[in-house]
Order: sequence, then C-alpha cells, then structure tokens
Amino acid sequence: MIVRSHHRVLVQGITGKQGTFWTEKMQQYGTTIVGGVNPKKAGTEHLGVPVFGSAVDAATQLADDGGVDVSVLFVPPAGARPATEDAIEAGAKLVVVLTEFIPVHDTMAMVAAAADAGSQIIGPNTAGVVTPGEAFVGFMPAFDDRIFMPGNIGVISRSGSLGTLSAVELTRAGFGQSAFLGIGGDPVSGTSTADAFAMLDDDAKTEAIVLIGEIGGRKEEDAAATIAASSKPVVSFIAGAASPPGKRMGHAGAIVEGNTGTHASKKAALTEAGVTVVDVTWDIPAALSDKLGA
Amino acid sequence: MKLTEFQAKQLLSQHGIAIPPGRLVTSADDARVAADALGGRVAVKAQVRSGGRGKAGGIAIVASADEAADAATRLLGSELNGETVNELLIEQAVDIASERYLSVMIDPSAGRPLLMRSDQGGVEIESMTEGIERTVLPATGFTPPDPFAGKVIDAFAALDALLVEINPLAITSDGSMIALDAKIELDDAAAYRQTHPASDPAEGTERERAAAELGLRLIELGGDIAVLANGAGLTMATMDAIVHAGGSPANFLEIGGDAYTKATPALKLVLSQPGVRSLLVNFCGAFARCDVMTAGVIEAWTSLRPDLPINFMISGTGQDEARAMVRELGHEPHPTMESAVKAAVAAAGASQ
Repeated sequence: MIVRSHHRVLVQGITGKQGTFWTEKMQQYGTTIVGGVNPKKAGTEHLGVPVFGSAVDAATQLADDGGVDVSVLFVPPAGARPATEDAIEAGAKLVVVLTEFIPVHDTMAMVAAAADAGSQIIGPNTAGVVTPGEAFVGFMPAFDDRIFMPGNIGVISRSGSLGTLSAVELTRAGFGQSAFLGIGGDPVSGTSTADAFAMLDDDAKTEAIVLIGEIGGRKEEDAAATIAASSKPVVSFIAGAASPPGKRMGHAGAIVEGNTGTHASKKAALTEAGVTVVDVTWDIPAALSDKLGA
Repeated sequence: MKLTEFQAKQLLSQHGIAIPPGRLVTSADDARVAADALGGRVAVKAQVRSGGRGKAGGIAIVASADEAADAATRLLGSELNGETVNELLIEQAVDIASERYLSVMIDPSAGRPLLMRSDQGGVEIESMTEGIERTVLPATGFTPPDPFAGKVIDAFAALDALLVEINPLAITSDGSMIALDAKIELDDAAAYRQTHPASDPAEGTERERAAAELGLRLIELGGDIAVLANGAGLTMATMDAIVHAGGSPANFLEIGGDAYTKATPALKLVLSQPGVRSLLVNFCGAFARCDVMTAGVIEAWTSLRPDLPINFMISGTGQDEARAMVRELGHEPHPTMESAVKAAVAAAGASQ
C-alpha cells in the first residue's frame, strides 16, 4: 500500500534520539502519527502522542479510533524481529523496517510472518517511503520542496541516498513524484522490486516510473516480467557499473558473485522489458521526457 | 565471514555431522606428527578461503608421515589464488564409494533457504548444468530428504549461516555419509549472538582494514579521484559518474547510516591514498545529515590542509547549513552532481 495522510502510523522506538527527530519531521509533514512504543515508557506521552508498551497494546487501546495501519521501526538489529512480529500481530498492514544489519535469518522469519498475516514489510535497511504532499514514513528529507514535490512520477530505490538524489534530479527538472518507495539495500527484502513496481503500476496517480537499482542479487531481473507487462513508461539507473566484482559495496545486497548481480545482466533484462536504462543519474529527466513524449 | 575448511568442519561436527579425523598444523614437523598419529594415507590440505583450491595444487594425498612433512614444506608459505598458506589440515584419507553434493544457502529471490543436492560430488556447482535438485525450504513443515541433510539444514539456521556447502559429501564403503570438504559463510550481522571463533583475519589492504576498524566501508580502486559520499547507492553512482565523465575513482568510501558522524577520519583515510589528485564530496542527506558530515570534512580539511582541488555537491537533510559552511571555507558548492563530477575529473586531469 502507498502511505496516505489518513493512514494511522505507529512509531516503534519513538523516544530514542532518531525516533524523536524523525517523528517530529513526519508530524510536521502531515503523517498521522497515532502513538509510539517503548516498553519502559508505557503510559507516558511523547511528542503529543501516547506511548504504549507494545504495538499490540497500541492497537488495542487505539481500536475505537481506527487502530494502526502502518508501523515504523526505529529499533536496533537485535530487537527488529520481535518488534516486527509485534507490529504484525497488532494488525499493521505495512511495517517499515529502517534497521540495518538485521541477521538475514531474522529477516526471512519476519517476511514469512508478514506473508502469513497478510501484512507487508518494506525494508529492512530502507530509508522509508514518501508520498509527496501527503505523508512520509522513515528518514527521508520529504519536507524539503527542492527535493520532493507532488507529481506523477513513481520512484523505486534500493538506496535512500541515491533515491534522494534521484528525487532532486526529478524535482529540478519539474517532474513531481506520486510516491517514493525505498525497498532497502539488503539481499532479502519484504517488498521486492517487482512488488514495488506492481504497487506503482496499480496507482492511478503514477504515470511513469523511475527505477533505481544497484548491482547484486536478481531483484531487477526478477522484476523484468512485471515491468514488461505494464504500459507505464519506465526509466532506470543501476548503480555499480564501475564497482569491482566480488566486493560488497556497502549494502549487504550489493555484491557481484560469479555471473550473478552484474550491471550488464540487469541492464539487459530491463532493456528487454522496454525500460530506458541511463548511465548517469543526471540523464534521468531527459530520458523520462523522451518516454513521455514531452 | 568466510570460514576455512577446518573452522567449517569443527562447527559441522558440533552439529552432529560426521567429518574425517584431522588436525590443524602450522609447521612441517607438526604435519609429520599429525600424519603419524592419524596413520595410513592422509590428505594435506591448505587452509585458504578461495575456491578452486584442489586445482591450484593446494591438496596432496600422501602415504606416509615423511611425505606429509614434504607436502607441508612445499605448501606452507606458498601462495594459492593470491592467499598465503599459513595453516594445513592433516586429515585421515576416507574410503570413498561415491561422492555427492549438498548445500544450503540464502535464495534472495525467494527470501528463503535453498537446498541443493546432486549425485555429482567434487565438481564446482557453477559448472554443473544438470542433475541438481533445488528445493526452496518453506518456513514450516519441511521434511528433509535424509538425516544428514536434516542436520545440515539445522546447522545452517543455528549458525546464522549464509552458506553451508558440503562438496564432496562422501559415501563410504560401509554406506555412511561424511563431509569430505566444507565451506561455510556466516552472517556478520549475527555475530552478536553467535559464539563461533572470530578468527577471520580482516580482509583487504591496510587502509581498508583501518577503515573497517572505524566502522567505515572503504574499497581502494587505484584511480586518482578520491570520493567521499554517504550511502552505498550514492557512492557507487558517484564512481559510475566519474568513469562516465572520463575519470578514474580512487576509492569507494561511504559514510552513510550510523557512520555519518565519522567524516573526519574518513577523509583522512582517503587523502592518505597515494596518487590522489582531486577530491569529490557528494552528499545527499536523508538519515545522514549534510551539516554534520560537512562539518567533519571541513575539520579534516583545515587540519590537513592538503594541496588538492576539492569539489562539493550537497543536497538533502541539512543542506543549507552545509552549503554555508563550504562557502565559508572559500568554495562554492556545485548546483548539480553533473557539474561537480565534471569539475573533479577536469581537476584531476589538470594536475597531472
């Protein structure tokens, strides 16, 4: 689901330094924050919203007002799996997992639990999601109108910083965004590139899609069939053409192993699916203009 | 973290998986003693982490303790696929009736463990084109094909492994299964809850190891344009842009995530690389705040006072404060990444 301003968002880890900083930013932007979680501060209030002992407690006590639609985790790696399971049990339809360095066996368990319950995880290791002009969840500079502005371009990115840069390039060229979906830099993700693409393909406000990928894994190759079946124009940049093979390039998922995960393989699969793949980020707007016939 | 064969087998043995009797040695004398104690034919196996060890001559099957000592003398200190051999595993030779392949790894597309089995053992899986049975393991309700596979699957989960590969898996003449060779890669993110030996020597160059100790991710690339950026994707994209503009990046170094406060030591590291002719700082703040990162860069820059051209591109969280700091330093931040990259490439060319 694409986060809207009416969606009710819970912040797990709201009282920490980052939780506090970004919750205030989300509130100022228009995200509906309905509460936070910190087991040690249950019953108190923080940033004008109630703090609960767990996400399940939050959902129970907020049930009359509409419960919890989305939960976002400002939680360290060891706590990420229990916090996610708590959010799923609380009935959150979307769980945004910002945490980096979650053991992959935990991530697999979290994704399986979400699938069982009909919830969706975004991340882990994501900077979050932005619906410009409406709401954002995570730590994205959504509030700066030189970076994000409302419009009709959907953006998918494995990287928060590169996704932000892409938004900067789009906004500078006059292309506003309908939604930014940060799917995260880990090898196993709750929302794959194909899943994120399908979300934007189904979104009536999204007219064209910018896909920011990177080397490693098969996320882009796996998405090619979904992309080929869509009628929406797609422009892509895949980071890592100049990266040496066999080295993990910062993200746990960004590594070329053998013949898997190469820039060439991704570019070929996407090109075959009808995508314009550009070599540098600053060529994205022009490629988009071409695609849209503007 | 990739383990050596010896480390891998110790862990498998703790999970009830049969391994040949063996000893780890670091000298020819100890190799002789070990071979003598094990008796009969033994395998002398170089403990390096790279693949293709057998083909590169890293394994000798010998019939006596003297021959084991000779093989050890030849192998110790030699280079195998770029790795120096410091340790040998002396292992009792196994009476093999047939060899198979068995592995469990993470399948990122499925988001689940993947079990692979084949009747062809001893062959690298990449070169097997057919006869591989692939099974994506469900979260619950999976019955292993045999007890040995069941133990390997359990060990894979218990160890927080990314890969457990047993190749060959030997079937002995009496029908039992034994792990003849083993590869394990562990998830570094799970180190906090695992107790296995942290004996992995840090990989990489001296500067890369120094960076790792600071919690920074540095990869030296040999070019002349030093890169400082935040976030893995942005840093890779910056390198790509430099190459596209005709330049050559000196490094991958990102200070994203929790490392964004470490700009000062990060910059000192990249500036200590030989052959650097130009510095490109490309920040696009999301979680990482541009003002904090830029303050760190300026602190390192003013203390080192390097005679280098520097180009800045700054956008995202904290950009206004950060740009003001750069102007105070006497530089004008570039309005776009394109102009910053092209200026950094031109500056490197001009100083040659």
